[in-house]
Amino acid sequence: MATPVITASGLHKAYGDFEAVRGIDLEVETGEVFAFLGPNGAGKTTTTEIFEGYRPRTGGTVNVLGQDPSAPTREWRERIGIVLQQCRMRPELTVRETLELYAGYYRAPLRIAETIDHVGLTAKAGARAGSLSGGQLRRLDVGVALIGDPELLFLDEPTTGFDPSARRQFWGVIANLKQLGKSVFLTTHNMDEAQRLADRVAIIAAGRIVAEGRPDELGDRERRPASIRFRVNGGAQDLPAALRARAGSNGELEITTTSPVEVLHELTGWALDRSVELEGLEVRRPSLEDIYLELTSAAPDDDR
Amino acid sequence: MSAVGLAAHQFRFDQKVFWRNPASVFFTVALPLIFLVIFSTIFGNDTIEELGGIKTTTYYVPAIVTLAVVSATMQSLAINLTVDRENGILKRGRGTPLPKWVFFAGRIGNAIVVSVLLLVVVTAVGRVVYGVEVPWDRLPAVFVTLAIGAASFCCLGVALTAAIPSEDAAAPISNVAVLPLYFLSGVFIPETEIPDGVLKVADLFPIRHFFEAFFTAFDPNTTGAGFEWDQLAIVAIWGIAGLLLAIRFFRWTPRAQ
Repeated sequence: MATPVITASGLHKAYGDFEAVRGIDLEVETGEVFAFLGPNGAGKTTTTEIFEGYRPRTGGTVNVLGQDPSAPTREWRERIGIVLQQCRMRPELTVRETLELYAGYYRAPLRIAETIDHVGLTAKAGARAGSLSGGQLRRLDVGVALIGDPELLFLDEPTTGFDPSARRQFWGVIANLKQLGKSVFLTTHNMDEAQRLADRVAIIAAGRIVAEGRPDELGDRERRPASIRFRVNGGAQDLPAALRARAGSNGELEITTTSPVEVLHELTGWALDRSVELEGLEVRRPSLEDIYLELTSAAPDDDR
Repeated sequence: MSAVGLAAHQFRFDQKVFWRNPASVFFTVALPLIFLVIFSTIFGNDTIEELGGIKTTTYYVPAIVTLAVVSATMQSLAINLTVDRENGILKRGRGTPLPKWVFFAGRIGNAIVVSVLLLVVVTAVGRVVYGVEVPWDRLPAVFVTLAIGAASFCCLGVALTAAIPSEDAAAPISNVAVLPLYFLSGVFIPETEIPDGVLKVADLFPIRHFFEAFFTAFDPNTTGAGFEWDQLAIVAIWGIAGLLLAIRFFRWTPRAQ
């Protein structure tokens, strides 16, 4: 296996008496999209900024692309790209000029036109940044982070405040980054985003990692009981007792089971025999969001 | 790219940003010219007997050059750097391989080029519209004054950002720092109209000394080369103090988060 792009062990960060990060261990592999999830104030941005070389840590060891980020060098900066949580672009420069400006900082930048294409702004290449929409600006922001052809990109809550279609477009851009072979460290509190984009996810709460794994495995999601929900017109008095259906909200019936295939077979067999419609039938595993809320609700929501 | 090439690259884009921003062009370039016209119109072609019978317009050319340079250096830098700091642009720049000094070279280079341009334009308008003599014999003194003053006020502008907590506060604070001094130092009102006690207060700050150095260099009654080394030394001391404060207190990350 290739060497990890990020390794942290026992990472600590205290601001005075307040411990924002309380011993984090994690590894991000080369070429993977790693999503770092957590509520506001859980220590996400602090951790990210330590990895990016913006903040000193107060304990533990960190290695990013083979170097300690607490002493960033110019050569190291050449190899990472950063999209900050909040950063405006100069409204006076066009998309192309903005990328030309930043391209000049790197020894071997990507081609401007190619980068504009990667972030889907070809039609806007000559437009001033001041005239772009929020979603377009954010994509320009990613273009700026990408222009130096970095090995590792940090994206700090890149889609906060996006409408759904801008978010979809942005996800396409991240998928592009992965195809280009970039490693991506993404912080977000959008579960859908983590589910779609990430190879692996870590959830942080109150300065500690409370779960880590593939998004579909997180918190043993695959082995947890599924919930089968449906409505039956004309009542379900003769529903087999073995199915143990409970009445849920708005006339819905719910069956919680660890063997949904068998239960569904029995349930649909029963419905076919009686020519009964199972309205609104769905099978649901706990979503990433359910797991996330369960894992983070135990921890107090510290203010930064 | 070589270090100098990189600084030139940064400067080229800083110039683009400057000239495309209507507010910076108006406040930095147009406003001093408007002041020159207003003051010259109000005080007309009076002469100032206490200053060897020069015309008020002759007085106002170095006064407005002083204002223009302070505005292009200290005020522009204080406002623009604060806005960029609060918008995350400085922080993002720190996350790239761009060396810090190159970033400042671009910004300060921009301020100095605009200062030289304004010196030329204000002097030319003075000559063409009001017949104010161009001090050809004392040009070295004019440019040395400009160089020392512009460098010093750039340092003060960078230092001033440390006192500005937010984007909204940038313009008011930088105006409060200079506007009263323009009145006290004889930039807006001829110094012969200002009581001695007030001028003594103004002497505590750098604008008055910068103006006196420019005045001597521009004044047709000056004999000799027109260098005011004592005044320039005080301006330079302020500049060095600003530089030290800037090194100690300048921030790259937003404060109002």
